[in-house]
Order: sequence, then structure tokens, then C-alpha cells
Amino acid sequence: MDISTLLAVIAIMIAVAYMFGRGRSMAMADSSQSGYRNLNSLPFYYGMLTALWCAVPCVLIVMGWLLFDDAIIDSLVIAQLPEAVRNLSSDELGLVMNSISNIALGNVIGAEPEPYLLAAAETLISVRHTSQLALTGSVLTVGIALTLFAWSRIRPEQKARVQVEGAFKSILLVCACVAIVTTLGIVFSVIFESLRFFESVPVSEFLFGTHWSPQMSMRADQVGGTGAFGAVPLFVGTLLISAIALVIAVPCGLMAAIYLSEYASTRVRTYVKPMLEILAGVPTVVYGFFAALTVAPFIRDLGATVGLSVSSESALAAGLVMGVMIIPFVSSLSDDVISAVPQSLRDGSLALGSTQSETIKQVVLPAALPGIVGSVLLAASRAIGETMIVVMAAGLAARLTANPLESVTTVTVQIVTLLVGDQEFNSPKTLSAFALGLMLFIVTLVLNYFALYVVKKYREQYD
Amino acid sequence: MTNPTRQNGSQTTSPTSNPHVSDKPVSNKPSTIELVNKNLAKRYRAEKRFRAYGIASVGFGLLCLCLLFTDIIGKGHSAFLQTYVQLDVHLDSQRLDINDITDVNQLAQADYQGVLKQALRTRFGDVKKRGDKRKLYKLVSNGAGYELRKLLEENPALLGTTQTLWVLVDDDIDTYVKSRGSLSDSPGEDTFTGRLSEKQIGWVESLIGEDKIEKQFNSHFFMVGDSREPELAGIRGAIMGSLYTMLVTLALSFPIGVAAAIYLEKYAKKNALTEFIEVNINNLAAVPSIIYGLLGLAIFINFFELPRSIPLLGGLVLTLMTLPTIIISSRAAIKAVPPSIEEAAMGIGASKMQVILHHILPLAMPGMLTGAILGMAQALGETAPLLMIGMVAFIVDVPGGIADPATVLPVQIFLWSDSPERAFVEKTSAAIMVLLGFLIVMNTLAVWLRKRLERRW
Repeated sequence: MDISTLLAVIAIMIAVAYMFGRGRSMAMADSSQSGYRNLNSLPFYYGMLTALWCAVPCVLIVMGWLLFDDAIIDSLVIAQLPEAVRNLSSDELGLVMNSISNIALGNVIGAEPEPYLLAAAETLISVRHTSQLALTGSVLTVGIALTLFAWSRIRPEQKARVQVEGAFKSILLVCACVAIVTTLGIVFSVIFESLRFFESVPVSEFLFGTHWSPQMSMRADQVGGTGAFGAVPLFVGTLLISAIALVIAVPCGLMAAIYLSEYASTRVRTYVKPMLEILAGVPTVVYGFFAALTVAPFIRDLGATVGLSVSSESALAAGLVMGVMIIPFVSSLSDDVISAVPQSLRDGSLALGSTQSETIKQVVLPAALPGIVGSVLLAASRAIGETMIVVMAAGLAARLTANPLESVTTVTVQIVTLLVGDQEFNSPKTLSAFALGLMLFIVTLVLNYFALYVVKKYREQYD
Repeated sequence: MTNPTRQNGSQTTSPTSNPHVSDKPVSNKPSTIELVNKNLAKRYRAEKRFRAYGIASVGFGLLCLCLLFTDIIGKGHSAFLQTYVQLDVHLDSQRLDINDITDVNQLAQADYQGVLKQALRTRFGDVKKRGDKRKLYKLVSNGAGYELRKLLEENPALLGTTQTLWVLVDDDIDTYVKSRGSLSDSPGEDTFTGRLSEKQIGWVESLIGEDKIEKQFNSHFFMVGDSREPELAGIRGAIMGSLYTMLVTLALSFPIGVAAAIYLEKYAKKNALTEFIEVNINNLAAVPSIIYGLLGLAIFINFFELPRSIPLLGGLVLTLMTLPTIIISSRAAIKAVPPSIEEAAMGIGASKMQVILHHILPLAMPGMLTGAILGMAQALGETAPLLMIGMVAFIVDVPGGIADPATVLPVQIFLWSDSPERAFVEKTSAAIMVLLGFLIVMNTLAVWLRKRLERRW
């Protein structure tokens, strides 16, 4: 039975269990004199209780099985391979396993495969078959047995409602904990791989080295392939592009927020604000395309007419477009904090004879400053973590320069180029991407935490 | 925040105290009102300037929006038309090597391209040299033969007859025809010739002169998957891939997100665990999306050994990414339900679960759905994490389920934008237009839902 049929069967089993439980409670109620009032809970709860007894273990079994069956099947097949093949390195063994599963699927290309491969493919097919059967069998047995168990326990005085509500709360709690699990997953995945990276490359070289060229040689005598993992050019490139973006986005977003919240009429505001926010809703890959095909050639041609040589993958183009993308982040967050400044402060200043702009500059903005700082920090974290625009519009060569007309590369670009396509998991080249990811995670986390802290502290003052 | 007000106070106290000073007849000192008036014009100018900066900023944002959209539409609108050339094709059974039309194998292996070449040779009888012939064959697309095969499969009686057919042209010709402007005029100055030779242009122009070249609606674009040939490439594979990925994301993130929101709003006590969950959700909402790609690669692919490139995996990663958004908006929706409703239900004996399932959840549902749609819109446009988990593979087949290798729309856009052929530029822009179309529909739906269903208490 394949997975979708199995899930359908489980769903039917749950529905049947619900009806059984409900029916039994009602039958018990009918047999007594006082009817339903004899029951501790509504029949619904007895049905739900039986259904939960059936559903929770079945779903857990299926999930566990799906997660771990591949690994177990693989180890069974490997155990059956000839001694010589089993002792191969893990990469080569992976290749062998790949060809075995291809044979099992019936995709034989080229010459007739070796007999041990054919035998292994046979084993693979039979083990998979057994695994499917075992899964179906265990799910059906456990589901039916537990349904019967729960069904047989139903008594009028059983506190079904309390139990069901308890289970409901636990399920909700498990869902809420997904957020914690995700964070842990992120932290562990980047930290473990980074630690493996730092075994071969010292942390100090990674953080302070100024030469980045992650190509590793396949053979020892190959030319130019020792690999250098000094990430400083990447950090500088990221900072350069983010700085250009912020130079565009912060004044523009802030002034737009001020205009929309202090000057614009309600009608203008209702139309213009959502339109500006469209800028934030456009997918980044679209900005990347725009930057690479329209803005970058435009800037290059503009530079050529003035007599400057501009790279066609200049940091300026990527930063400019990224700045446009971030404008709505700055403006909507700043708008919120500016609107939160009490009207009495403005009224006081205006009553003393200052003009509107003087009120804004000397009263409103200082009062809203922490919130604005928070929004700028959030925008900076956005800019640092932004991927698609720089992948498509910025360069690949790691150059240590502060010239916005030259091509630079960023942390995110390197992560993408190192990890897209096939990769082996024990070369420092691949692992360095996780080290870069760790840096990115830490930096954005600190920026976000600090921004939220500043904003929160500010909010408490007026609430 | 007493600082700015105090500053302001100290500034304004000096003018108010000045009149007492200026009561004394001091001739050479200007009065306060004179000082104020003298500065007034300057202050008004500053006011106007400040306001102009604001208008300029808003204008800059809107200008960029307009530029972006006109640029994309200007580049992409032509992809919805495709150039075809009319040829008299003789479906010669010998040349096709078909003697039994019912034999599927023969139909599959027949030399359709050869028949098209023959048709081109007949049309341009004066082309004799081998090199020229090769150039001539490049007028029609490599994939034009599939159309002939479909034609023969549908109507076997056509074998051996001569048909006047509209045949798909090569992408270079397509680009040329589209860039030369209206078909009734002679080619304009800025016509893009690209790799075409003088002779090929001459042939195309002669065909145009005979009205044998036409631009038709490009239904092909919406019917097929990816291809290396721009004129054969379509977005159906990517759209289906996006659809399956979104289904997985929605099926996982909406229930989990709503459940987590209910727990945090209605059950959670103020303790360390709750605090920790909240901190985590807030931080996850701002983690760069590429980090989720690293998570998917290290945990789902390396640890659990899920296959790469499948919508199920993409959906899992995007679920983790959109969960914080959905939890935050669902909490806001639950908070907006007035406590009086909860208290009333409790008062007549409903249990906590009944209050939530019967009252709070239905009332908060429009707000939650709005949040979910916005989260889905964000997930639909997301590219970076999917690059990490192998959804960048070149996949021709249209996926048929959540376990088939697939790519998604934004990744397809990324792949095409990397292609060197010029004809892919318009395809990319057209794919962007389709993607933006979906996003606009989803966002409009969210706004409509909010306006229509959300109740204000």
C-alpha cells in the first residue's frame, strides 16, 4: 500500500473509531434510566477520545517510518554487498547505492551491470516491499487494537471531556514548540557543519584572512588549488552593498514616512501607502532580474559617457535596487513609530509658534528616534541577508575594494554558489558555506535582537 | 522622552521673556517681533523644502515601482506571441519512414524534421550550397517536428498528403521578427539581427513579403515544461511545481500556525517556556530566508535523506519559513475577538475547548485566512532557500505530484535569466508577469477578505 492510500485508510479508521466511541457512550446512556444526564461528558467527547487513541499512535508510526526507513533499508542493502565494495569510501559507496536504486527503478543505461549490483537491486526491491507491508501491518494492528482498547474502557463516569481537553492542549503545545525546534534545527545544522569546517581551516584565518578562493584541488599536484578561506573580502562586499542600499533606503523611506504620516491627507495616504508597500511584496528574484538586465547596463553606459569604467556587475547597481526594495520596510516601520508619538507633543510645539517642519525635526523625530533606529537596524539585517538580488546582479570574484563601481561578492552569493548543484559533504569548500551561514545568522540575530529591544523599550514609555 | 520637550521649552522661553527686556527704549537693538519676522521667510522656505523632500521621496518610490513594472511588461509582453511560418509540408511516408501508421514506434521515430527541411528546400529552390542549406534549416525550430507528430497521431489519413501548415520558427528568427516592428512595414533601424546572416534575413523578409509569417498567441508557453530551446520553453512545469509546493506549505503551516497561535493566546501561562517560544518566533520571522535553505540541506537532505528537488521538501522548508508570519497574524486575529464573547460562552458552561472551537476560531478565521494568504504570497515568491535544496535542476517533465522532481516559478525565472539566448529575456519577463499576476490576485484576495469578512467590534 503506498503512502497516500495508507493515509486515507488511517483517516477512515479515525472516523470509524469516533463513531464507535460515540455510539458506545450513547448506548450506555440509553441503557440507564436517566439517559444522557448519566454520562460524565457529551457523547462527542467519548468519540473524540476513541479517535485520538487511534490517530496519535498511527500518525507517529507513519512519520517515524518515513523519516528513518531509507537509512535502515540502505544499511540492509549495504550489509549484503561484497566485502570489497563495502570498504569503499562513503562517496564511492553513495555512487554504488545510486546505481543500485536506478537499477531497481528499471533505468539501466549502457552495459549490463555487474551481478552483485543486480542482486543488490533485487534485495532493495524486496526490502522496500517488506517495509511497506510491515508499515501497513503495524499501523492497522496498532490502530485497531488501540481503538478497541479505548472503546472497551468507555464508562458513563469516565471523565472523557477532561481527557480530550488535556490532549487538545498538548497538541497545541507541540505545534507551538515547532518554532523552538526550527531554531534548534538552524543552530545545530550551521554549528555542526561549521565546526567541521573549522577543523580544517582555523577560525582566525576565516575571520581575518583577506584572500577568498574556495577551490580545492582534486589531486595533490594540481595547479592553483590549495583553497584560501579568508572571508574579509566577502564581509566588505556585503557591507558595501548593504551600505549603498541603506544610503538610498533610509532617507527616502524616512522622508516618505514623515510625509505620509504628518503632511498627506487621508485620501492620499490610503492610496499611496499600499502602493509603496507593493515594492516590498515584489519577489526578490524580480528585483534581481531588473538589476542585472536594466539597472546594471544603464549604470555602465552612464559611467562610459562620463568616462568612468564601471563593471557590468557593479556593487552600485545591486545596492541601488536593494535600496529600492527596502524603502517600504523603513517607511512602514517608521510610520508606525511616528504615528505613536502623542499628539499633545505636536500640539505643544505648534502652539509655541514653530512651523510644522520644525515640530517634526525638533519634537517628533527625537521622540520617535529609538523606533526609527530599530527600523533602520531591521532594514540593515534585511539588506545583509538578501540573496537573490546580489546573486543575479553582483559578481562572484572576491575583491577587497570599497569602490562601488567595481564588482564585489557577498556572503549570500558565496553560500549559493558553493551549495547549488552537487556537492560532497566533507570538503572544506562545501562546509565553508555553512560557516558563512553561521556568520550571517549571528549578525542578523544580533541586529534583530537589538532592534526589537530598542523598539520595545521605546513602546513601553507611551503605553 | 522629556529631552526634546525640554529643549523646545528652553527655546521658546527666550522669545517670551524678551518683550520685557525690549520694553526699555533701546534704539539699536531690534525688537523680538522684528527678529521673528526677519527669520519668518527663511523658516517658511525651510518648511516648503522639507515638504518637497517628503513628496520627492514618495515620488521616488512610486517612480521606481512604475519603472519596474513598465520595464518588465515592456520586455515580456512579446513573449505571449509566437512567430510561425507557413510552409507547404508534404507528409511523405517514405521520407518519414512510416509504412504502418498505426505503429506507435514508427510514429515516434519518424524523421519529421526531414520533412520540414524538404518543405524549406521546395520553398527556396535556388539554395544549393550545403552551408546555405544548413542556414536555411535553421529557420524552423528543432521542436517543430513534434507538432507534425501530433497532427499525424490525431489524423492518420494525412499521411502522404501535402498540407499547408503554420510551423514554429527558431528563436533567432522569432526575436528578429518581433524586433522589426509591424509586419506590413520594412524593418526598422534598430532591428535586432543577432546571429542571423544576411541570407537568412533575406529569406525571412521574402516570407514576410508573401504574408507567410505570422505572430500567433503563444499557447505553447502555458502548456509545456522547460526546454533548452527558448521557442519550446514553457512555464507549465514551474506553475505546477509551485502549486504542489504551495499545497504542502499551506497544508502544514496553516494548521500548525493556528494551533500555535491559539496555544500562545489562550493557554500559555507567563513562564519561561512561553517567553522562550515568543522570542524564537520573533527571531525566526527576521532570519534571512537563505538560512532556511541551509537548514533544509543539512537536516532534511543530509540527515533524513529525503530526495532533492521535490515539492514535498520545498514545501517543508517554506513551511518553516512562513510559520512565524502565520503565527503572528493569527495571534493578532485571536486578540481582536472581544473577551466578552469568550466570557459569555464560559458563563453558560462551555469548556475552554468549546469556547475556542465554537466561538473564537470562527470569529478570528477571516483575519487568520488573510494572514495565511499573505504568508503564501511571500512563500510563492521565495527563491533562495529552494536553490539550496536542489530545486534548480533542469526538469522538462511537468510534475504530477508532490514527490516528482520539480522546479517553481521564481526559480524558473532565475534559471532563464541566466541563459545566454536573447530570446530567454522575454520568456523570463513573461514568467515574471505571470508570477506577479498570481501575487496580485492573492494580495487582492487578502484585502477583499479583510474588508468583507472582518468584523469590527
